[in-house]
Amino acid sequence: MSKRRPYVRPMDGWWRKNPYFVEYMIHEGTAFFVAAYAAVLLVGLVRLSQGEAAWNGWLHSLTSPWYVLFHLAALLAITYHTYTWFKIMPRTMPPVVVGGERLPAWAITGTGLAVAAAAGIGLLAFVWGMAR
Amino acid sequence: MPHMSDIQKVIEIEVLRYNPETDKAPSSQVFEVPFTDDMSVLQGVQYIKDYLDGSLSFRWSCRMAICGSCGMMINGVPHLSCETFLRDYYPARVRVEALNHFPIERDLVINMEGFINKLESIQPYIIPKEPRTLAQGEYLQTPEQLNLYEQFSSCINCMLCYAACPQFGLNPDFIGPAATALLHRYNVDSRDGGKEERMDLVRSEEGVFHCTAVGYCSEVCPKHVDPANAVNQNKTNAAVDYFLRFVSPKGGAK
Amino acid sequence: MKPTLKRSNAPIFWALFGAGGMLSALFGPMLVFITGLAIPLGLLLPADALSYPKMLAFTQNFIGKGFVFAVIALFLWHAAHRIFHSLHDIGIHAGTGAKLACYGSAMVGTVIAAYALLSIGF
Repeated sequence: MSKRRPYVRPMDGWWRKNPYFVEYMIHEGTAFFVAAYAAVLLVGLVRLSQGEAAWNGWLHSLTSPWYVLFHLAALLAITYHTYTWFKIMPRTMPPVVVGGERLPAWAITGTGLAVAAAAGIGLLAFVWGMAR
Repeated sequence: MPHMSDIQKVIEIEVLRYNPETDKAPSSQVFEVPFTDDMSVLQGVQYIKDYLDGSLSFRWSCRMAICGSCGMMINGVPHLSCETFLRDYYPARVRVEALNHFPIERDLVINMEGFINKLESIQPYIIPKEPRTLAQGEYLQTPEQLNLYEQFSSCINCMLCYAACPQFGLNPDFIGPAATALLHRYNVDSRDGGKEERMDLVRSEEGVFHCTAVGYCSEVCPKHVDPANAVNQNKTNAAVDYFLRFVSPKGGAK
Repeated sequence: MKPTLKRSNAPIFWALFGAGGMLSALFGPMLVFITGLAIPLGLLLPADALSYPKMLAFTQNFIGKGFVFAVIALFLWHAAHRIFHSLHDIGIHAGTGAKLACYGSAMVGTVIAAYALLSIGF
């Protein structure tokens, strides 16, 4: 009879055992804020479809301190999502070759963050323009 | 009065031991190992085997980070023990364990059967686009064509990336980083025509979609292969295959 | 002895995850700032920036409608996919149950968003 008896170690709590995995779980956790914010917007959209009074009621509800606190946390979490999304991008996208040289990781991340900043400012400018 | 440099430094090495014939589960054993600044963790473990406990089992060969045999978890991080130095941990204790996510055969020796099967399953050889006779001469390749796959051909099968991959730990059927990197290495070789054949595996339930882009596999790779990039490029390939089969009759029709 | 390999349906969910991840990475922070902080707290933007007539006009516009739908639906699908995988990560392999809870909520949200946008009209 074989004396082999390979031992399989349990995976319990693996994400707590390495700072790299802790960070991974944190950036995965930003999804809860993305979901919650989408839910807030969805409620807003439904209220919009129900008429002016409903919409104004929704707008007013957003001034509650709880909502403001939530949006402050969501802003932090989703900004962190933006950062980590473009940080991992050099690993997730096919290589980009410019002038015979492969684009370094920092250039891909930097470009992504710059585009995100431009998109954000563009959106703000659009809403600003719509308001006047 | 001894000279300062004559005072022997001693480091504690905590080793995860497992003897399948006597132990129900692995347990730690601490050894006091005298060391010099040029000693690797592998040399520390060798010292234990030579002078303290001859029953300690581990794999090693080249001692110069090219054979890929001596991967271990060192303080919880996958490293080649031959290029990791005791001086970087002293005076604290250093903890040495078998590579994570693999079954332990004995002490620091893991069972790599699953990994070998995966290497075979990706057809790790050039599958020519069309038959070629000797008279046609050698294949020619431009530096650009070489650049596409060279990095992925540097893998030494040390399995550190598997020890770094929680998705492999959670599901041992996942094809995983190194095998996918090697698969990609052949897929993007201008001499190869086997991409379609290998797609069956890439797009399967054991294929690339177990990956959640943790990225740690590429972080620990001692040869800068960037297996995470290979896995994620193949997610794109598999997605193209998935959606284009509705458009083009050939795409993934098999 | 090659095992039969089953094609994974993951590309659908992965593509939605990726699209939502990209959209939320590009516009998420500013959207949260505008709707959640700037307007309620009266910062930076004119107070009536999101007034009823303006938002109605925006969501009646074809592009505006598309943007609002994409933001809500893709944010939901992105989050559903990530949360589904995180459940697996922490050892909850509820399979069909977890899948239904995650992707099902995203689907329900998508349908509600589509219905609301259609009822707003063109």
